[in-house]
Amino acid sequence: MAEIKLPENKLNQLKEVAKSFNNDGGELINVLHKAQEIFGYLPAEVQEVVAKELNVSVAHVYGVVSFYSFFTMTPKGKHPISICLGTACYVRGAEKVLDEFRKLLKIQVGETTPDGKFSLSGLRCVGACGLAPVVTIGEKVYGRVAPDGVKEILAEYKD
Amino acid sequence: MELIKLTIDKRSVEVEKGTTILQAARQIGIDIPTLCYFSLGDMKIENKPGGCRICVVEVEGRRNLAPACATECMAGMVVRTNTIRVLNARRTVLELILSDHPFDCLVCAKSGNCELQDLAHKFGVREIPYKGEQSTYRKDTSPSIIRDVDKCVMCRRCEMMCNDVQSVGALSAVNRGFQSVVAPAFEMNLDKSVCTYCGQCVAVCPTGALTEVDHTRQIIAALADPNKTVVVQTAPAVRAALGEEFGMEPGTLVTGKMVTALREIGFDYVFDTDFAADLTIMEEGTELLGRLGKFLAGDKEVKLPILTSCCPAWVNFFEHNFPELKDVPSTSRSPQQMFGAIAKTYFADKIGVNRKELVVVSVMPCLAKKYECSRDEFKHDNNPDVDFSISTRELAALIKQANIDLVTLPEEDFDNPMGESTGASVIFGTTGGVIEAAVRTAYEVHTGKKLEKVDFEELRGLEGIRHAEVDFDGLKLNIGIAHGLGNARQLLNDVRDGKSEFHAIEIMACPGGCIGGGGQPLHHGNSTILKARQMALYREDAGKPIRKSHENPFIVKLYEEFLGKPMSEKSHHLLHTHYFDKSTKIVVE
Repeated sequence: MAEIKLPENKLNQLKEVAKSFNNDGGELINVLHKAQEIFGYLPAEVQEVVAKELNVSVAHVYGVVSFYSFFTMTPKGKHPISICLGTACYVRGAEKVLDEFRKLLKIQVGETTPDGKFSLSGLRCVGACGLAPVVTIGEKVYGRVAPDGVKEILAEYKD
Repeated sequence: MELIKLTIDKRSVEVEKGTTILQAARQIGIDIPTLCYFSLGDMKIENKPGGCRICVVEVEGRRNLAPACATECMAGMVVRTNTIRVLNARRTVLELILSDHPFDCLVCAKSGNCELQDLAHKFGVREIPYKGEQSTYRKDTSPSIIRDVDKCVMCRRCEMMCNDVQSVGALSAVNRGFQSVVAPAFEMNLDKSVCTYCGQCVAVCPTGALTEVDHTRQIIAALADPNKTVVVQTAPAVRAALGEEFGMEPGTLVTGKMVTALREIGFDYVFDTDFAADLTIMEEGTELLGRLGKFLAGDKEVKLPILTSCCPAWVNFFEHNFPELKDVPSTSRSPQQMFGAIAKTYFADKIGVNRKELVVVSVMPCLAKKYECSRDEFKHDNNPDVDFSISTRELAALIKQANIDLVTLPEEDFDNPMGESTGASVIFGTTGGVIEAAVRTAYEVHTGKKLEKVDFEELRGLEGIRHAEVDFDGLKLNIGIAHGLGNARQLLNDVRDGKSEFHAIEIMACPGGCIGGGGQPLHHGNSTILKARQMALYREDAGKPIRKSHENPFIVKLYEEFLGKPMSEKSHHLLHTHYFDKSTKIVVE
């Protein structure tokens, strides 16, 4: 018998979500969206609970989670970094900025540093094209970021 | 029933509304090649994702080609199945599939029995014009099944079997695009998943992506070891299917030829799992009557219905899915394991061989049996009661490697004492057989009367869920039968919810029972093969001089000399088992 452990309040929230969708297997994607809101990501344990609550197989849940790029099984870092790869940012060198983050943090897009401090993702347009290329870290927005400015930005997050 | 007329390759055909172009073409003998499509006809098992595009045909007035397996016939439709456009499209599709497929056909376990290889042969493919990235994925080896998804063509047949038919849910398509594979949850290995090892995925896989773990090498090594005494037991369903591997008509019984072949291969003793099936009936039948007796005496705690326990995939299934019912099935071990336990005690003593020098091999229609014999509770001082279990297909390979022509072999009898069996044990190999065998014995033990007719037609057939009432001299016994784990789940839900009206339920994991087992010669979706195997077992039963397990003279002797009586302390020790909770529990932190 295998055991999986989840914090009680979040587990109850998840069960409530499943119930609000009538524990219907056809609502799997909607339930996963809510689950990712609650937990920040979709670890195996959460998928096990979703499967049980909706009476579908865990393999099926994982099939859906691994298919849609919106769903992630990796927890976001303490400081989630997003680099805008929309048209305006892209033509103004966003990719080189992204490369610099990848090089300095030694992680790829969709990954989190082993110490859990930073995670890296690409996004499409934050509506600040005048400031292109744009990077957001948590709630903070950085404009006109150049590759050689990346090191300095990261240095702001010492803790 | 509405009939519609259409034309296929200039021939007119009339079909029922809802018929696909593929079915209509096959009705008039036109063969449209398929790959992902799979159907077991009237057994309600079908896979038609329309994904591979090998079966495309031209439909007049339609711009693009239509997949014949997933396109319904329309009145007045004009279909062409062999135009240049169609043939070129199919070839391109096949070449693209092959461009991402390993080229190790010579040493592939599926060689000679691979549907992809057959298509390449049929289409005359001599080179692959496309070069590109190749999928690479780790090989996953479990106790029973090997997954080599580099050979997967994403036909999704295994997924259909595992989910729709068996309701096991071990496999799903995961990831997307070129990275897609069929895998267990979180891409863990099968042995960490909810897989029951029923092997139905292997039975329908068109390529070498899913195959059984091959134990023939270890058996050859044991046979070559002068210090080992090697005994073999053969399950009932094997004799009704082995001949197919040698070109014999489905339903041909090869019992005697198989015994001769096993002797020629070099097994020291050729025994029959049927003997142990008779033993199972003695134990399980006694258990059934014991529980019934308590129930009739007003005992509210007694667990009814009793569930059969000879199918190892079914045992795995309830350990994963219905752990709260683990006290409900019979505690009787399966015939394979009863045989092993008796062989390594009673028989080993009789011939004066230490159990460690005695190698017990079983030939099974099953892949879950490989896992079953590796379970810790069936070992003594780390020495398993059954050392190796091979499938019907592996036995055929062994016979071919030994250069033996099964077809022309004379027929011989099993050795004694563990080769004698009754008609009751032979029908263990089909759905309904175990419970019929149990009823034959339980009736006579309970009523003290002789059965006038041993055939219980009401328990036979291929319907997924069946029920029958058997009259035990005034006591009406309600019997349920399910084959296919999806059907079993339905009956089990009722048992769990306390709604089951049955006194006893027989469950077999594979559609058809062991005749359709995951280790049998591939039926390629031909359900008449399963029916022919089933009929063969009933024929063998009808031809047996003794047809009730408790009348097997060697079983009577075994109890006199060794076990005492059914459910005795010795029986409990050697012939019974217990079950485990393998479910995943969610707990709060």
